[in-house]
Amino acid sequence: MTTADSAPGAPSAQVPPLEAALNARAASRRGRRRGGVDVRTALEVTLFVAPALVLMAVFIVWPVLRAVQWSFFRWKGYGPLEDFVGLRNYVSVLTSEVFQGAVLHNLIIVVASIAIQLPLGLLIALLLNRRIRGRAALRTIIFVPYVLAEVIAGVVWVQLLQPQYGIIDQWLGALGLPSPEQGWLGTPDLALSTVIVVLSWKYLGMAVILLLAGMQGVPDELSEAAQIDGASYWRTQWHITFPLLGPTMRTWAFLSMIGSLQLFDMVWILTKGGPANATTTMATFLLTEGQRRSNYGIASAASVVLFVVALVLALLYQRFILSRDNTVDRPAKTPRPRRSTPKAVTA
Amino acid sequence: MSAAAPTRDLTPRRPAPDAAEATPRRRAIGRPSPWVYVLAAIVVFFTLLPVLVGVIGGFRTNAQLAENPAGWPDPWVFDNYLNVLQGSQFWRYTLNSVAIATMSTVLVVVCGIMAAYPLARYQFRGREGLFTIFVMGLLFPATVAVIPLFIITTRELHLGNTWAGIALPQAAFALPLTVVILRPFLQAIPKELEEAAMLDGTGRIGFFWRILLPLSRPGMVTVGVLAFVGSWNAYLLPLLLLQGDMRTLPLGVADFSSEHASDTAGVFAFTTLSMIPALIFFLTAQKQIVGGLQGAVKG
Repeated sequence: MTTADSAPGAPSAQVPPLEAALNARAASRRGRRRGGVDVRTALEVTLFVAPALVLMAVFIVWPVLRAVQWSFFRWKGYGPLEDFVGLRNYVSVLTSEVFQGAVLHNLIIVVASIAIQLPLGLLIALLLNRRIRGRAALRTIIFVPYVLAEVIAGVVWVQLLQPQYGIIDQWLGALGLPSPEQGWLGTPDLALSTVIVVLSWKYLGMAVILLLAGMQGVPDELSEAAQIDGASYWRTQWHITFPLLGPTMRTWAFLSMIGSLQLFDMVWILTKGGPANATTTMATFLLTEGQRRSNYGIASAASVVLFVVALVLALLYQRFILSRDNTVDRPAKTPRPRRSTPKAVTA
Repeated sequence: MSAAAPTRDLTPRRPAPDAAEATPRRRAIGRPSPWVYVLAAIVVFFTLLPVLVGVIGGFRTNAQLAENPAGWPDPWVFDNYLNVLQGSQFWRYTLNSVAIATMSTVLVVVCGIMAAYPLARYQFRGREGLFTIFVMGLLFPATVAVIPLFIITTRELHLGNTWAGIALPQAAFALPLTVVILRPFLQAIPKELEEAAMLDGTGRIGFFWRILLPLSRPGMVTVGVLAFVGSWNAYLLPLLLLQGDMRTLPLGVADFSSEHASDTAGVFAFTTLSMIPALIFFLTAQKQIVGGLQGAVKG
């Protein structure tokens, strides 16, 4: 095997190894190699990166470009693309009540997931952060739903939620509480809420594990100091732990949001988007149009819209919420407290 | 991750409580109140309820289930599980899932570590630009591309209803996250090691092969486990591309439950057995899964 030193054009071509290494180090300090194009480096980089780039080009870039192309045509999946319809697919997607409903459902799921899972996740993470017996087992258990496939978990939930004969309706009946006649998933007004409950069950573990990791980054000294000052347990959490968990919470919420916007599997198993389109999401919409009705143009337009919605929300989130974590000493709009506040690195 | 200076929230809104008010509230850390255990029990109950109902339901008959869905098996029936285990479907689906997840994982780890290496340790113009391509890849969910992927893999690549037809796109979509996780991992390997290797006359490829690969095993295991779980649980792409004997477990479970809708006990047994591989895998690779997710958030 030839060594890097013998590379043609490399600045270190004719020097002994020690100096070469030192040169390389100096070059890296400067951040960039001086002198002509380093052919060998270019070759090596290409060799190493090519497989990944080829895979991504064929299976991500190419399909995405095709989706954009198809979104301007009326195409049923066979024959040449010739029926150019301009923006008409977009118009029919954006004016479709079903799609508008889907976008609304996605947004409701985004907000509800965060609103339900964040407080519950914090509570359970606090619980697991204490020295209680069986803590390790608890941590494993809380994460089990996250590991199961959405489909498999969904199939079990469908059984639990069976109208009348399901375990949930039976228990409610035993408590003297009424259940909807069509079942929780079969009643349009309740279906979306039911889906959200199941999703929260499935993804709560993820929030707990991440928040727990964040909590372990909070130095014990801070809570101890607060307790010595006489702060109660909850006061300590509220004023010390939670604020320091900010970056973890914001990043988790971001992941949760992205997941909710792409939601497909669980809805498809629980309701297929029904009843009466009460639980459609953008993903179930585009699959129904594409697979069931072979409206590839419409489905493609819907996937472009899905991408744009996700991108815009991601950028907004990045700009207004995550940016707090990236700028350390930005002049804050809120007045800085006079007394020195501990700045600890979380997560 | 940089520390956000938590300016506002740390200042108490009310004046600090008097010393008198706060004396005996120090909690003995070693001895939490019984309420903590009650809360823990509630959490465990709701977390495991669906899993347990599935497991236990599989040991009952449909008649027992109809009479009282929440009851205990009486008598215990093993037929449901035996039927699934003796049939060929379950094993066929498991084989497909294993094969696809393995192919996808190997591809992701090999291509991912190769791509991350120059991005982490080479100095060249356009490096950050190249890295940005991978970061951008994170923005494209498989959902957006799924319809064209279906047409491209079946008609143009002729990979419809094959293992590779699922594994290749899955690997492609898992690569961005893999590279984003692996790069800082490789950057953290001390520069001195590289210099020592160079002094000994090893080139950069030799360094990659002999030093970097062994040292980055934990990182590769983490991304590998994430890729495996992602592929194992995937539904949307297999739903479009696989039929008949090529179906994976999630697809098989979904189809079984709609084909045998009246056989609740059978559905429970089939579903429970499909959970087992994932649960075993999770219990053995727990550290990597949790560590990988936490690493992804740390960024």
